[in-house]
Amino acid sequence: MLTDSDLQAIWLTIRLAGITTLILLLIGTPIAWWLARSRAWWKGPVGAIVALPLVLPPSVLGFYLLLAMGPNGPFGQLTQSLGLGTLPFTFWGLVVASVFYSLPFMVQPLQNAFEGIGERPLEVAATLRASPLDTFFSVVLPLAKPGFVTAGILTFAHTVGEFGVVLMIGGNIPGVTRVASVQIYDHVEAMEYGDAHRLAAVMLIFSFAVLLAMYTRRSQPRREA
Amino acid sequence: MSDIEARFQLDWPGFTLDVDLNLPGLGVTSLFGHSGSGKTSLLRCLAGLEKPRHGRLVFKGRTWQDANTWLPTHQRPIGYVFQEASLFPHLSILGNLQFGQKRSGGAARVGLEQAIELLGIGHLLERKPDTLSGGERQRVGIARALAVGPEILLMDEPLAALDLKRKQEILPYLERLHDELEIPVIYVSHSPDEVARLADHLVAMENGRVVAAGPLGETLARLDLPIRLGEDVGVVLEATVGEIDSEWHLARVDFRGGSLWTRDHGVPTGRHVRVRVLARDVSLALGEPGTCSIQNNLDGRVESLADDDHPGLLLVRVQVGASLLIARLTRRSAAQLGIVPGLPVRVQVKSVALME
Repeated sequence: MLTDSDLQAIWLTIRLAGITTLILLLIGTPIAWWLARSRAWWKGPVGAIVALPLVLPPSVLGFYLLLAMGPNGPFGQLTQSLGLGTLPFTFWGLVVASVFYSLPFMVQPLQNAFEGIGERPLEVAATLRASPLDTFFSVVLPLAKPGFVTAGILTFAHTVGEFGVVLMIGGNIPGVTRVASVQIYDHVEAMEYGDAHRLAAVMLIFSFAVLLAMYTRRSQPRREA
Repeated sequence: MSDIEARFQLDWPGFTLDVDLNLPGLGVTSLFGHSGSGKTSLLRCLAGLEKPRHGRLVFKGRTWQDANTWLPTHQRPIGYVFQEASLFPHLSILGNLQFGQKRSGGAARVGLEQAIELLGIGHLLERKPDTLSGGERQRVGIARALAVGPEILLMDEPLAALDLKRKQEILPYLERLHDELEIPVIYVSHSPDEVARLADHLVAMENGRVVAAGPLGETLARLDLPIRLGEDVGVVLEATVGEIDSEWHLARVDFRGGSLWTRDHGVPTGRHVRVRVLARDVSLALGEPGTCSIQNNLDGRVESLADDDHPGLLLVRVQVGASLLIARLTRRSAAQLGIVPGLPVRVQVKSVALME
C-alpha cells in the first residue's frame, strides 16, 4: 500500500494544485478577458508571453524564477522587505512557480470561451441597462462556464504533473516541497520500484479520470439559442 | 425644434456614414435602404453601440452625445431589437424578459405584463430559448426590449432573419405596437412591404447618406428620388373602409381623392386602413372608359413624369383629388397618349393591397 510519505506527498500535491488553480482563476480571468477583447498592438506579445511555459523547458522557467525570487532577485528583495524572507525551497515558492508554469492552461481555454461568446450578448446586455461589470457577471460568466470548468481542470491537472519546476524551485523537502512526482523520482532513485509503481499508478488513474471527465463532457452536443 | 436631432459621421475603411437628421418623436420612422446603405450603422449610433468620431444626438431635449458628452448604451432609455433575437441562452424566457426590466429601476412605461400580453408570449415564460421557434424567439426579443420601459424603440430588421410564414406571424404584433405604443419607433428595413405596412415616416438611405426623409405618403410619391424600389414603386394611401359589398365580397375604401374597390378581408366599415397601390397596377386612359374589366376608375391629372429604372419605362405621377398615385407606363404608350403634365386622364387601378 501507499506509505505515509506517499500520502503526505499526495496531499501536498493536491494542496499545491488547488491553491494554484484558485489563484489562477483570479489572475487568469482578467488576462484572458483582455486578450479576448483587446485590439491593442501589444496583445500579440502578451499572448506569446502567456504561452511561453507551454514550450519552455521547465528547468529554464525554474532557473529564472529561482533568480528572481532569490535573495538578490527583484522579487526576493520585495518579499524580504515585507518580512517574508525568500520563497525558494518553501511551499509558497512552489505556488508562485506553479502559477507561472500553469498560466497558459488557465488563460487559453478562458480566452477561447470569451471569444466564442462574441460581441452580441454584450451589446444586448448594454441595451438592457446592464453596465459592463454587471454584464461580465450576469452574462459572460454563465455563458463561459464550460470554459471555466475546462480551464480549472486543466490547470489543476497540469500542476499535479509538474516536476522540473518543482525540483528547481522547491528541491525535495518532505511535507514542504516534495510533491507526488518528485516522490516517484525518489522511489526510482532508491530502486524502490514497488513504491514507484503504486504511486505512478495513482497518478495515471487520476490523470486519465480527469481527461475522461473532460472529453465526455465536451462530446455532449450543445444547442445554440 | 424636432424631437430627435441626430448628426453622425462615421469613417470606416470603404464605408462612410454622414447623416444630419431630425426624426419625429412619435410614430414609426423607417430607415429604408439596401444592405450597405448605412441604415443599421445609423441605428447603432442612435443606441450608442457605435461611437462616431463626430456626432451630436439630442433626444427630446437631453443630449446623449456631443463634443463633450457621451452617454453609454446602458444609460440610454432605449429598447433595442436585434436582427436575430439574441436571447440569452442561459436564462429562461421569463429570465430574459426580466433581465432588462429589473435593471430599469421600475420606470417601465410599458410594463412586463403589457409586453408579454402585446406579443402573446404568456405561454412560453418557463421555456428555454433553444426550444422556441424563430418567430417566437423574435417576439420574446421584442417583448424584452419593451419590458425595460424604453422612451424610444430601435428595431434592426426584426423580420429579416425569418421566413415568410414567421413574418406573417409577427407582423400583426408589430402593427399592434404601432397602434398602442406612445413612444417613437425607429425601424430599419429593406422591405418595401414592411415599410408600407408599418411606417409613418420614411428615411431613405443610400451609400451612408440620407436621400429622402419625410412622411411616408409624401416620400413614397416623390419621383425625383433614387429610392430603388424596383418592382415595388408605388404609393400608400390613408383610407377608411366605406362600404362592404357582401354579395361580391368586395370592400370600398375611401381616400382623399376618391374610392377604390378591393377584396373584402373582413375589415369592418369605418375602420382606418392603409392602401398600397403599386405603380405597375395603375394604367392611364384618355376619354370615356370603354368596356373594361378594371373596376377602379378615377379622374386625375398628370402631375409630372420621371425616368424609371428600365429605359423603356416611365413613371407618371397623377394627382387624384388631394392624393397622388404613380403609374408605370411604357414610353411608347405615353408617347401615343401624349402624356404631358397637366393632361386630364382616367386612372385605372387594377389591384390594391389593403393593410389594416
